[in-house]
Amino acid sequence: MDLGRIFLELGAVILALAFVGRAAGRIGITPIPLYLIAGLALGTLFHLGSEAEEFVHVGAEIGAVLLLFALGLEYTSDELRSNLKTNAPIGVMDLALNFTPGVLAGFMLGFPPLAAILLGGVTYLTSSGIASKVLSDLGRLGNRETPIVLAVCVLEDIAMAVYLPVIAALLVGGTLLAIGVSLGVALLAFGAAFASALRFGPALSRVIDVTSSEALLLSVFGLVLVVAGLADVLNVSAAIGAFLVGIALSGEVAHRARLLIEPLRDLFAAIFFVFFGLQLDLTTVPGVLLPAILLALLTTATKMIVGWFGAARLGVRTRGRLRAGATLVPRGEFSILIAGLGVTAGLAPQLGPLAAVYVLLTALIGPILARFDEQLAPLVQRFERPKAAVKENVGRGRSENKGAD
Amino acid sequence: MVLLEETKLPGVGVRHDFETKYGKRVGVITHRDGRREIYVTRADDPDACGQSITLSEEEAEVVADLLGGSTITRRLDSMTQHVEGLAMDWLAMPPSSPFAGLTLGDTDMRSRTGASIVAVMRGTQAFPAPDPQFLLQAGDTVVVVGTPEGVLAASRLLGGA
Repeated sequence: MDLGRIFLELGAVILALAFVGRAAGRIGITPIPLYLIAGLALGTLFHLGSEAEEFVHVGAEIGAVLLLFALGLEYTSDELRSNLKTNAPIGVMDLALNFTPGVLAGFMLGFPPLAAILLGGVTYLTSSGIASKVLSDLGRLGNRETPIVLAVCVLEDIAMAVYLPVIAALLVGGTLLAIGVSLGVALLAFGAAFASALRFGPALSRVIDVTSSEALLLSVFGLVLVVAGLADVLNVSAAIGAFLVGIALSGEVAHRARLLIEPLRDLFAAIFFVFFGLQLDLTTVPGVLLPAILLALLTTATKMIVGWFGAARLGVRTRGRLRAGATLVPRGEFSILIAGLGVTAGLAPQLGPLAAVYVLLTALIGPILARFDEQLAPLVQRFERPKAAVKENVGRGRSENKGAD
Repeated sequence: MVLLEETKLPGVGVRHDFETKYGKRVGVITHRDGRREIYVTRADDPDACGQSITLSEEEAEVVADLLGGSTITRRLDSMTQHVEGLAMDWLAMPPSSPFAGLTLGDTDMRSRTGASIVAVMRGTQAFPAPDPQFLLQAGDTVVVVGTPEGVLAASRLLGGA
């Protein structure tokens, strides 16, 4: 084991990421797509030693697990429940409009069915991370359309929690019977784990809670890895195991765990994106450029529609509806995570680069669109019924047109 | 009557807002980490935030006091954190209090609320462990100990509610 070389390589990679991340912060965009590009460049220009490669691989898996754990921590079980109740119609619409284009594009590009389903996941999932960053950066948490944006993100995350175990079972493959069995086992295990996470969450939170920060960090991190490992053994998908641990932890412990895990998550998540980039082959990028651009444009439009109708349900007017739609456009970490499953399984060589370019485009388009609601509104109003336009001129109070226009 | 709307913001916190007499919406977002964000909507787009001010928890308490908020519940919260099930509060007796001019014994505080008066403060003077013949005056601050519910009941009783 050549320690010096491993340190030099890893240090260089992480420094490169730091540089990229700073650049992203400077221009005010999310660093995720840039990490991918950094990984792509690294894979093309340098060759990491096998040991460093090994570390990056394991680190990437830890990153995926921590991303979902942190996501689970964000939500309390009540939030998940109440959101399912009130916003189900918008959730269904979101799924129909944004999952379908990915699947269809997959088939059009001649992907195997499973890869097409993965691509559906890639186009479906709004990056809740980027969305909430846009909302807080632009000071829009108080806006009337904000709850629906967050609600859509929550519903998508619930959908992902069901989707990942299914995909994991399908990836294992085998005969139709074997797939059926592993699918059943996966869903049962997930259901049981989800129910017990909701039920025993408070008890677990009490057990885990210690005053010492380092003991808490070790308990939480250890527990997450153990549950993720168990989930992986059951073919439920390691990330979902971690997600459930996050859901189960609540209250003060969750808050402290979030603060402790955040730096770890950021480090390993960055390694995850680099690893994804490393696996890509630069020569395949030009071939997927056109489909990625078309797909990005189409699914930008479909997210805008979801945001539009979602905000309309809250009685929000044109500008707010556009803001809601634009905030939902960026796809990010979880799209990459899903594409990564296909890349690791070697399903379709184009899936990785396509997802990478696609995420890059949407992650850029979304936040830019979100800033220009004022300029976009007049363009849209031309197409609205004149009656609605009159309503826009009422300077005050709430618009009365609840529901769809 | 102000109609306060409560909206949960998943992953962020809770938002309360209301429509003001002046046509704008004003609201407070309570973040999970205790930060408070006060915002007011824009004139040209009533759905959007125009301005917002972010306050730490302590700053928010100061602003609430300046705006004439009650300190009872907050004190209750901070006291009950130390001892589960035990609350303590400093209750100011308003001039309208039905007990101004009566003795401690007359309040029947313990039997009515389960909370006990352990001290009375008058100006800069403190009377620890006052006996039942102690005369209460308007403007006194009464220190009460009991269950959280009992202390709340005591504050209502003293306030004449």
